[in-house]
Amino acid sequence: MDAPHDGLVAVVKRDCPTCELTAPVLGTLAREAGLTVYSQDDPSFPAEVAARRHDADLDISHRLGIEIVPTLIRFDGGREVARTYGWDRAEWERVAGRPGLGLDLPAMRPGCGAKNVEPGILERLKIRHGETGITARRIAIGSGEDEIEAMFDRGWSDGLPLVPPTEERVLRMLSGTIRDPQEVVGLVPSDLVPATVEKIAINAVMAGCKPEYLPVVLAAVEAVLEEPFAMHGVLATTMYVGPVVIVNGPIRRAIGMNARGNVLGQGNRANATIGRALQLVIRNIGGGRPQEVDRATLGNPGKYTYCFAEDEEGSCWEPLSVERGIAPGKSAVTVFAGFGLQGVVDQKSRDPESLSRSFAECMKAIYNVKLAPACDAIVVIAPEHERTYREAGWTKQQVIDAFHRLTEIDGDDLVAGARGMAEGGPPSLAGRRIGKFRKGGLLIVRAGGGAGMFSGIIGGWSASGERGSAPVTREIRE
Amino acid sequence: MTALLDPTSERSPTIRPRLGRPDRLDGLVVGIVDISKPRGDVFLDQLDARLQERGIATRRYMKPTMTRPAPLALRQQIGTEVHVVIQGLAD
Repeated sequence: MDAPHDGLVAVVKRDCPTCELTAPVLGTLAREAGLTVYSQDDPSFPAEVAARRHDADLDISHRLGIEIVPTLIRFDGGREVARTYGWDRAEWERVAGRPGLGLDLPAMRPGCGAKNVEPGILERLKIRHGETGITARRIAIGSGEDEIEAMFDRGWSDGLPLVPPTEERVLRMLSGTIRDPQEVVGLVPSDLVPATVEKIAINAVMAGCKPEYLPVVLAAVEAVLEEPFAMHGVLATTMYVGPVVIVNGPIRRAIGMNARGNVLGQGNRANATIGRALQLVIRNIGGGRPQEVDRATLGNPGKYTYCFAEDEEGSCWEPLSVERGIAPGKSAVTVFAGFGLQGVVDQKSRDPESLSRSFAECMKAIYNVKLAPACDAIVVIAPEHERTYREAGWTKQQVIDAFHRLTEIDGDDLVAGARGMAEGGPPSLAGRRIGKFRKGGLLIVRAGGGAGMFSGIIGGWSASGERGSAPVTREIRE
Repeated sequence: MTALLDPTSERSPTIRPRLGRPDRLDGLVVGIVDISKPRGDVFLDQLDARLQERGIATRRYMKPTMTRPAPLALRQQIGTEVHVVIQGLAD
């Protein structure tokens, strides 16, 4: 079905009060000026037009680029020469080239959204018309084949079922960013393959992300691909670590991330799927798979997904992102090579020195009490512990300084063989005080539910800092 | 029929045949690469001594850190100076 070469064309739908309003005018123009009317929904609408046409598959509407109904267009020799939408008498008279249209109608009424641009329909039309610009290889799944099983068979999965990345879903995912789908975000280890926005979007679909999460996923991918993060080493190490993603700024609330109760647990779609998408990018684009380049001895459950938001509104301290150089009010991700969670239970301390000592003693145990410096760490401070610092007026820097001071260990205890344990360092440690953490290697994040004097420590990689992986913070481009 | 979009790099790995292993080391230079893992040198020192006892020339190399691949310049240097390479992992 082709639109007329010459004359007037209108696109309408019954489910639009303004289209109903203009029906008598459409009837007049059809009878007297050869108007062709396409109905997007009801083929019997408008009754006033005898030779109305039904744009059932919306191809005409799509080709004409209709966004609002009613739309009135004049063609001359196959070329569009005038267009108006909604009901505006003066405009309709201009386009139709006839005075005195709809004199009994109000002068102006806004139109309604066209059916061909509704979410879900627009994507299908773009696919049918070959307009998506998506370049990824299409993989045909047989009609008798189970899509979920087919994806497992192809090795795309982290072990859990994936959302099938159809062109329609990927197109919808790409609507979450204004970035060019073919923009290369970085080279993903271990194969050092260019990751395009489109490839990342495919993996985000599989992870279960919504389009509005995509900017966070893109920023997280960019962050882990920065040289200081050493993603290749984080992937290949025999140690436990994987990328931990902390989200700051307005986007946390916009996309409904959890920063409160069970913040590090299950149950929030954004937290769960953003972290998962990052891991799928490493797996599928970079080719980093367990027992291949990923040589982890144990790994940790966070290698499925490890992503959460800071409770900035509940915190007395500046957000992690601001502390790390991002302007207040901007959204950002911080990535950290981390693993697991070690609890810090202290239900009795009511002064910051006592509480800090509790934290410090727990932190000294990371890896082994005989090892220092051990690694970087994130300390996730829960509200009821933060309250103690808040009431004492401690800044975040004071807390960090206290943690460094209180986690210094007597070198005599760290020497190999001391305290009856063969593990430990060289004899030269004796007589010195050794810090458990490198300066700059402690991050504090305020998160968690309102009840419970239970904080947590996320340990890092033994190769923390310049010799291995350092945390990276990156602004989210929305 | 459903069409899914390929989430991978779409690189079919091309298998590159390895160089054949020499039957003997006589007359060859052996590169010994320490990847900077603790105590890797203990093992490699022993190996170096054994090779030298047999009159086989060796050259020693060290990666700056075990957390990253060897820098390109080092890989190129090794490739031009030796005939075979032994790399020691530790732990």
